[in-house]
Amino acid sequence: MIDVRDLTVRFGGGRSAVTAVAGVSFRVAEGESFALVGESGSGKSTVLRAISGLNPDWTGRVLVGGAEQGRRRTAAFHKAVQMVFQDPYGSLHPRHTVDRILAEPVAIQRLGDAERRIERALEEVGLGGGFRFRYPHQLSGGQRQRIAIARALILEPRVLLLDEPTSALDLSVQAEILNLLRRLRAERGLTLLLVTHNLAIVSLMCERLAVMQAGRIVETMDVADLRRGEAADGYTRHLIEASRGYRRVTSA
Amino acid sequence: MSLTAWLLEEAPRSRLQARLGQGYAGWRLFSRNPLAMAGLAIVAGLVLVAAAAPLLATHSPVAQDLAARLTPPGAAGHWLGTDDLGRDIWSRLVHGARITLAVVALTMVLVAPVGLAVGCVAGYRGGWVDAVLMRVTDVFLAFPRLILALAFVAALGPGIENAVIAIAVTSWPPYARIARAETMTIRNSDFIAAARLQGASAARILWGHVVPLTLSSVIVRVTLDMAGIILIAAGLGFLGLGAQPPSPEWGAMIAGGRKYILDQWWVAAMPGVAICVVSLGFNLLGDGLRDVLDPKQR
Repeated sequence: MIDVRDLTVRFGGGRSAVTAVAGVSFRVAEGESFALVGESGSGKSTVLRAISGLNPDWTGRVLVGGAEQGRRRTAAFHKAVQMVFQDPYGSLHPRHTVDRILAEPVAIQRLGDAERRIERALEEVGLGGGFRFRYPHQLSGGQRQRIAIARALILEPRVLLLDEPTSALDLSVQAEILNLLRRLRAERGLTLLLVTHNLAIVSLMCERLAVMQAGRIVETMDVADLRRGEAADGYTRHLIEASRGYRRVTSA
Repeated sequence: MSLTAWLLEEAPRSRLQARLGQGYAGWRLFSRNPLAMAGLAIVAGLVLVAAAAPLLATHSPVAQDLAARLTPPGAAGHWLGTDDLGRDIWSRLVHGARITLAVVALTMVLVAPVGLAVGCVAGYRGGWVDAVLMRVTDVFLAFPRLILALAFVAALGPGIENAVIAIAVTSWPPYARIARAETMTIRNSDFIAAARLQGASAARILWGHVVPLTLSSVIVRVTLDMAGIILIAAGLGFLGLGAQPPSPEWGAMIAGGRKYILDQWWVAAMPGVAICVVSLGFNLLGDGLRDVLDPKQR
């Protein structure tokens, strides 16, 4: 479904140019859930933005659904690929009601039947009609993220790009959102590309993952290997170790 | 259910209710500020006086009565006295409110959309579009406002319409600057990225997402600038380049009274007080609106 080959992203020009992503390649099969893992600044979000077309300054090849993607994306691409952002406070327009937020993509893609689609989208993310005419400032962080998910899914995409969708939420809400995403994925057969630094979320949500460091993929592995802690690369082992938390070293 | 409860309902049931509720919440915030309410009262008063000028005026604003020239306030049915041609100052002030309001409304209609459009497009597109538009803005910004207005009026000929055009031409650049700065902070936010991912066109994003957010700061700035615009219009009138006699424009009235300012103070003082009060009113209103509309302060 997603095929990225030798993707390189540079910011700036001349001597101050920064290479954020250096020759990244990976594939995500249809219906698969794939994670990009790494610390802050490893380039994982940049990969996502390049695939989505938000960042035009990349070289390499990006294929989505078998179609080669250029700098500008077609309406069909936008309908097939949607994204959920990290910060639920920044991803909803502060002056638009939930109704307007959800009606907008339907109008842009000329899908018609907005009324029924909006009601169903709200229902699917577990919010009733009582939320339909509220403004974002009347919603909690978890509710906002549900709206953001509803906005992405109202176009019935086949691919969902998730940029740390739960890292701005507190723990109990994180679990709710992750369960919601798992359910929606199962119901719709979505292909997920998840960017996160949280390995627990990866083992809950995904089948495979790629570990990124300093703009490169250092290792691609199955989640089963991750659970067993079998990593070939030193940096990955280090990450897994760190995710297990601090352990006291005791001398027998 | 009471109207207030309906307006403040947590979960509105229609688009209209949501919008009205939002407006009502803003109004409650605004009405808690006594200075802002005073400003609103002054501006509303100006509008009322302008609308009801023929009813409020006791005399014709242009009728001369040389026998009753320079009558002090209160005497012989002239509440605020008469000027050097025996014209009733109260009636002239009341009719002058129409001119002031027209100048204010016309410049607002001409200036705000131009500034907003230039600023939003420049800020959103960036690159060479931004460079060209902002350099043009800089050129207009480089001229002192009153001097450029004077040059325009000198070229186009004196008169209130030309004064309005001159003021409009010289006062849009600050709005473009504000709109551009706001747009640049909005441009990279996630909700704009989300709209782009939905396939929204640049025009749709600008009009539906960017403009509503920049509009409030522009409205605040316009309201605060109104005082300055009234003063420039009055200044042009004072210099004889704005409204022409016998039109009862406040600045021109002050100019007419300056010869008598020591002995017959009321001729210049009455329109001066009017200009002062109305300018103050717009400033107070602008301050109050800023408190309500500024999204960063919520």
